[in-house]
Amino acid sequence: MSRHLTQRLAFGLLILATLATTVPIVLIVGYIAAAGLPAISLEFLTAMPRDGMRAGGIWPAIVGTLLLTAGTAVVAVPLGIAAAIYLAEYAKDTPLTRAIRIAIINLAGIPSVVYGLFGLGLFVLFLGFGTSILAGSLTLAIMTLPVIISTTEEALRAVPQAFRVVSISLGGTKWQTIRRIVLPQALPGILTGVILGLERAAGETAPILFTAAAFFLPRLPNSPLDATMALPYHLFVIATQVPGMPVQIQYGTALVLLVFVLSMNFFATIIRSRARARRQW
Amino acid sequence: MTPPALLPDKPPAARAGWPELIIEALIRAAGYSAILFVILIVLFLLREGLPALGEVAPADLLGARWYPIEDYFGLLPLIGGSLIVTLGAVLIAVPFGLGTAIFIAEVAPRWLREFLKPLIEVLAGLPSVVLGFMGMLVLTPLVRETLGTPTGLTAFTGSVLLAGMALPTLVSVAEDALDSVPRSYRNAALALGATPWQTIWRVTVPAARTGVLTAVMLGIGRAIGETMTVMMVTGNAARLPTGLGALFLPVRTLTATIAAEMGEVANGSVHYHVLFTIGIVLFLISFAVNLTASAVVFQQKKRSERLLS
Repeated sequence: MSRHLTQRLAFGLLILATLATTVPIVLIVGYIAAAGLPAISLEFLTAMPRDGMRAGGIWPAIVGTLLLTAGTAVVAVPLGIAAAIYLAEYAKDTPLTRAIRIAIINLAGIPSVVYGLFGLGLFVLFLGFGTSILAGSLTLAIMTLPVIISTTEEALRAVPQAFRVVSISLGGTKWQTIRRIVLPQALPGILTGVILGLERAAGETAPILFTAAAFFLPRLPNSPLDATMALPYHLFVIATQVPGMPVQIQYGTALVLLVFVLSMNFFATIIRSRARARRQW
Repeated sequence: MTPPALLPDKPPAARAGWPELIIEALIRAAGYSAILFVILIVLFLLREGLPALGEVAPADLLGARWYPIEDYFGLLPLIGGSLIVTLGAVLIAVPFGLGTAIFIAEVAPRWLREFLKPLIEVLAGLPSVVLGFMGMLVLTPLVRETLGTPTGLTAFTGSVLLAGMALPTLVSVAEDALDSVPRSYRNAALALGATPWQTIWRVTVPAARTGVLTAVMLGIGRAIGETMTVMMVTGNAARLPTGLGALFLPVRTLTATIAAEMGEVANGSVHYHVLFTIGIVLFLISFAVNLTASAVVFQQKKRSERLLS
């Protein structure tokens, strides 16, 4: 076989592999959109579920996911950004710094269901928060932390060193340099990382199974110590646990979750590409 | 292994006031918090999981029967289930993932790359429960009809979906690795008369092999820890897989066992403690996989530093 024929064959296989990985993505999203759209109505989005979730809306699940995501953000965003600032701007190469890096690698790899166990052990039982939005948000926050730390650190490291040197030589302190020079420059990158991290938290089911999620709770939570419905868990419940569930409601719920998560993904992509186009260094 | 701190050391002219010192102390504390969280996770897994070793004989934990209602807590079928589903996922994800990564990094024109990369990120963003849901409604009937199995809920069904979960990590890490192979390597090969494909297969891919290996490891880590997708499509029968034929039978994984059973056990019961023991096993597996993957990265860095100096 001539080597040019080999090349044609090989490139053909590469294209096939690429099609096999990417076409299903389009099909899945398209299929859910097509099958879920007929279920979407004002009532579906804003009403309580009725008839054992077989009718009515998914309002409490939407609110629950919003609250859990917001709770995750409140904890994980400041903590993650601060940790990244420490690693990028302050940390010297010491054994302790290396330990922090190994810890982050480790946190990033822990299966989500193990985070659920941890949240159950620490927040729900030991600290007595019960199955609650608070316990679920804290669990999700720790799970999200490594994503936010590593993307933020990368964004900080991308800011040219000259910016810092100039600021310090003009008499700025370390914190002034970070606050006024480095952070604004790194903001788009940080935002992208934060959104991608929160996107993952919003779509996760396993960590909230035993820490926050309620099977069926047709009212809105009153306090952070209330359990809540959430979109991913609700989809799991109506897909596997409720007999005689109308398929349309399942697809509708999947579509709402997908729109929620993918719009975050979309914003992240937009922010990144706009920042790239505008960057002057 | 740790890149240098970026801020130049403080010159004497700009003295930080005490509010600034407090902020810096907080930043430092945030940095250390990652260690604290890992310690807390280990501590609470051990606290709830270790008692199981006193309540169930270690030999029974390694038994071949998982049937908690009758106090059979053999973890082997679950470990076997996780391994076979993950193995299937790797067999599917590696060729497709590497093929996609090579295509994106080496073959595709720029406009196509700018289209494909965000598309793969969409896959990374799909919640596992959505993938599991689609698996139940679309893939399961397909498997049932083509393989003639009674339900279509098999390890193989789980493997296909897990491959989908592992693909984005695999593709993006492998693509980064290929991308960081110096241009001059390719130019040298092409100048010697190699075809583009010979250059890719004999020069670029071998040069990026440690990064590609990392990609595979991280993909495995992602697959073995995945919970909801597998729980929804693998049938959850705790049966010890014996051979590759088990790929087409229902299985139950470590992760799915925790997720399915934790809601129904009494806090502090033997069953409850054993589920935490499973959590410890999963923690150890993911720790080993991720540490290996990152060790490969560090080795790679050292090697390239040697090459550059």
